Amino acid sequence: MTMNKQGRATSIEAQSDVAPPTISGDRGLDHEEGLIFELGRPGMTGVDVPDVQMSEERLGGQRRRGPIGLPGLSEPEVVRHYVRLSRMNYAIDSGLYPLGSCTMKHNPRLNEKMARLPGFGDVHPLQPQQTVQGAFQLIGELMRWLTTMTGMPAVAMSPKAGAHGELCGLLAIRAAIEARGEKRPRILVPESAHGTNPATAAFAGFTVDEVPATKDGHVDADALEAKLGPDVCAIMLTNPNTCGLFEPRIIEMANAVHKAGAYFYCDGANFNAIAGRVRPGDLGIDAMHINLHKTFSTPHGGGGPGAGPVVLSERLAPYAPLPLLMHDGNEFRMIEHADEAGGGAKPFGRMCAFHGQMGMFTRALAYMLSHGRDGIRQASEDAVLSANYILASLKDVMSAPFGEGPCMHEALFDDSFLEGTGVTTLDFAKAMIDEGYHPMTMYFPLVVHGAMLIEPTESESKDSLDRFIHVLRTMAQEAKAGKIQRFEGAPRLAPRRRLDETAAARKPVLRWRPKNLPQAAE
Amino acid sequence: MSEVRYTKEHEWVRVESGEATVGITQYAAEQLGDVVFVELPEAGRKVGAGGEAAVVESVKAASEVYAPVSGEVTASNAALSDDPAKVNADPEGAGWFFKVKLSDAGEVAKLMTRAQYDEFVKGL
Amino acid sequence: MRYHPLTTEDRAQMLARIGAKDIDALFRDVPKSAVVPLSAFDLPDTKGELEVERLMSRMAARNLAAGSVPSFCGAGAYRHHVPAAVDHLIQRSEFLTSYTPYQPEIAQGTLQYLFEFQTQVALLAGMEVANASLYDGSTATAEAVLMAQRLTRRSKAILSGGLHPHYAETVETVANLSGKVVRAPVTPGAAEDIAEMIDNETACVVVQSPDVFGLIRDLKPIAAAAHAKGALLIAVVTEAMSFGLLEPPGAQDADIVAAEGQSIGNGLNFGGPYVGLFATREKFIRQMPGRLSGETVDAEGRRGFVLTLSTREQHIRRDKATSNICTNSGLCCLAFTIHLSLLGEEGLTRLARQNHARAASLAVRLAKVRGVSLVTDSFFNEFTIRLSKPARSVVDALAERGIIAGVPASRLFPHDKQARDLLIVAATETNTDEDCEAFAKGLSEVLS
Repeated sequence: MTMNKQGRATSIEAQSDVAPPTISGDRGLDHEEGLIFELGRPGMTGVDVPDVQMSEERLGGQRRRGPIGLPGLSEPEVVRHYVRLSRMNYAIDSGLYPLGSCTMKHNPRLNEKMARLPGFGDVHPLQPQQTVQGAFQLIGELMRWLTTMTGMPAVAMSPKAGAHGELCGLLAIRAAIEARGEKRPRILVPESAHGTNPATAAFAGFTVDEVPATKDGHVDADALEAKLGPDVCAIMLTNPNTCGLFEPRIIEMANAVHKAGAYFYCDGANFNAIAGRVRPGDLGIDAMHINLHKTFSTPHGGGGPGAGPVVLSERLAPYAPLPLLMHDGNEFRMIEHADEAGGGAKPFGRMCAFHGQMGMFTRALAYMLSHGRDGIRQASEDAVLSANYILASLKDVMSAPFGEGPCMHEALFDDSFLEGTGVTTLDFAKAMIDEGYHPMTMYFPLVVHGAMLIEPTESESKDSLDRFIHVLRTMAQEAKAGKIQRFEGAPRLAPRRRLDETAAARKPVLRWRPKNLPQAAE
Repeated sequence: MSEVRYTKEHEWVRVESGEATVGITQYAAEQLGDVVFVELPEAGRKVGAGGEAAVVESVKAASEVYAPVSGEVTASNAALSDDPAKVNADPEGAGWFFKVKLSDAGEVAKLMTRAQYDEFVKGL
Repeated sequence: MRYHPLTTEDRAQMLARIGAKDIDALFRDVPKSAVVPLSAFDLPDTKGELEVERLMSRMAARNLAAGSVPSFCGAGAYRHHVPAAVDHLIQRSEFLTSYTPYQPEIAQGTLQYLFEFQTQVALLAGMEVANASLYDGSTATAEAVLMAQRLTRRSKAILSGGLHPHYAETVETVANLSGKVVRAPVTPGAAEDIAEMIDNETACVVVQSPDVFGLIRDLKPIAAAAHAKGALLIAVVTEAMSFGLLEPPGAQDADIVAAEGQSIGNGLNFGGPYVGLFATREKFIRQMPGRLSGETVDAEGRRGFVLTLSTREQHIRRDKATSNICTNSGLCCLAFTIHLSLLGEEGLTRLARQNHARAASLAVRLAKVRGVSLVTDSFFNEFTIRLSKPARSVVDALAERGIIAGVPASRLFPHDKQARDLLIVAATETNTDEDCEAFAKGLSEVLS
């Protein structure tokens, strides 16, 4: 025969050995990556810019005297750096992301494409208004969707995120109360609220009074009523609430609040459970922010940017902040100053420069147009169905503090099923990482011990849900059976093991510094 | 050594010649987890019994420390700024927070004794 | 619907497992009176991708894209060239579709770029530390004022007349709640005597440089005057590109720097989303708002990054938090940090020089037009001119000729008579010689 010296074994023999430490420190597709400051060198650049000599300098003697200290890298080095970094991140595009309260749903790429149309992405906020009528039309169209979906008459578009929207809503309420010549310093917030609610109330100058929860995870409506009085400005309530439950007595609570002369602020973080089926305006809500990055799928982007338009009731609408979009039958006009507003408008102020998160508006409208009212309703139903499916499939092996359900768009568990196993909520969550899942929301809401809040969203197939359920069931069963090896010190298979947060907080290192320079004294 | 008294908010106070030393209890330190930061009152500050006087932080929690007694702050434990871990290592000794010159010595007697505090903690 | 993976059969099987008769059974807690039929929403039904694209493209086409004509708008938002690699990289799934990095083991990508971003911002501003970004420059300025009020336990904030009016209004909206905001007079092309206004109740003075008219301010004497009275200096920068050429605020003794980072890595986007830069001194970090990424090690001793000093933040401190802010500007700050990594020291310095040279030559060219005088004599890439006619009508007339001439000062200062004839003009590397010539020619025609 002819000897083929290129031949080599192509079948895989069972191999049990553990890979030895690598020479490079990298492991296959997992690359370790230094900081750009360690990779760069002086003089290099990834952008070719002509070296213009300035004939006449007009800097008023304020020219920079020393170097900045930025590293220089070529384009391929920069691209590789960020691609390598990206590979250390979990993402909804790569797997189920069951973070309760955060709504990690699919982010359609059409939305990205639309936001990048030069007619939207390359328009200056202070261009002459006659040159941006299409941008105003887009904002106007989004306003119509938001007010129609919520059954509210008005919407303030400028808030830049949910918490910013909360602030906007409370400032409108404050203005309305002041216009009545009243002072009401107190805001009622349920114990189960998002941290932003009490923080916003305090930020807006109010004192916060907590309302307890009932045993079944609802806001204690009787306790709420008892706390109402002439000094209460508003209640801030999330509905569906942070335990994933719809507040059955919400209309009753709204009536009591209004009777006491106060306003009803709703945290709209969970609007995605009821959109297309329930209109918050019908529940007696006076103001509610809508997280476009949750319900309407603008990407979370590793923590922003968000967008938090606030829908307002008739009574609050006059106080909406600047700028205000008007349509005079012929064309749109953006009112940027209070005295141009007319029509009884008494804007309380301005939330930020310009007109809000236009890039997010474009994406959200693309989502809405794609879904249509029927698709939005279907999305809410599928989100609720999927959460209930998870609750029904796990409640016998994990522990659901509020029983049989049904829940809304998220399923809440507590840590009582782990009692005596030595495994904590944290261990359980971290072990999920080794299984290829992002952990659920942990230790929130605060009203449930060792809380685990799972929100699957409408973006998962049944097959994906079934695999997730199988993994969690097996984990729960193993924990209870004393097979806890996979929980101890997990994760083991992620780009990093658990990180020392104590050390990070005790001696904060918040920036890179050259080795030969000491930390700044202070 | 003089007697140590305790509050329901888990502070301890030890009085010696009109000056009270204040810290948080072993139980509180364990509940907090690894202490990463302590904010202490400046000397000269007047504090009232039950009023906020200091802040103690772990990675995931921040708690107010209340003055168990009224008076003027005479000193605070600067060593905690450099090494907040002292609060975990020796909460009722080297991990003390601040000292107060008592304005009303009678307040001390109203606080819990060790036995009463132990009983109180058992019931939590 | 293309985004929904569940089939009718899946749904039936899932309902069966749950033990619910139909989907309505899951909405049991919703009061019957609050459930509305689909027909209650006067809105269209599902559309295919092509149809949506068609609809939205039609809206986009009604706008005059800044890049399609000679355009010279600034006043807080600037058109710069963003390298193709930036937009490609920020659309990596792992960046675009990840959440806040609460699970550091699987979010090192985000945490490391935030750490790098913090370092870059601190270096640019000449400060010791920076946070992982706030919403934008205006809200960063408002947060800076609140922080100064906390640090000094004083209530009064003095705002320079050269501070962008939108920023001033944003500050007033929140800082007037618990304190008092005082505005210094507006003096286009000159510095007001702000030092004189500082007293023992002043928490901070807020000075923008280059200011809204483009004028570069000398911050050092203001810092000295503020510090002498126990107040802080907040330096505001709306054009981040200027960091490449101007003395940084930190070197001029500013205590807090609040800046708009849009110019680096981010498009105009009709005003948002942008990225707020926030830097300060190390001793103030516990009063700083916003997220922070910090260096640490993992259980195997490898370097890694985590969100840190979170006890300042709303999810832990609730009503005692330094701010109610929850998000940062994630993707926008990623775009910023990638663009700045591409530029490096060399690229940024050159680009900043190019911007200044472009603006300087445009200023000279426009000043030669009859009816035009230059109001700002020291500037970076933006300056103000006085026209012989109201600026708004001139801008409208030039818009009809396909030139976006700049921002009429009256749009920002509608009640200030002196603003009527002032035009704020910005020039960047994106403006060609032909653009500038067309602007000068058009201006001369409109003014004659």
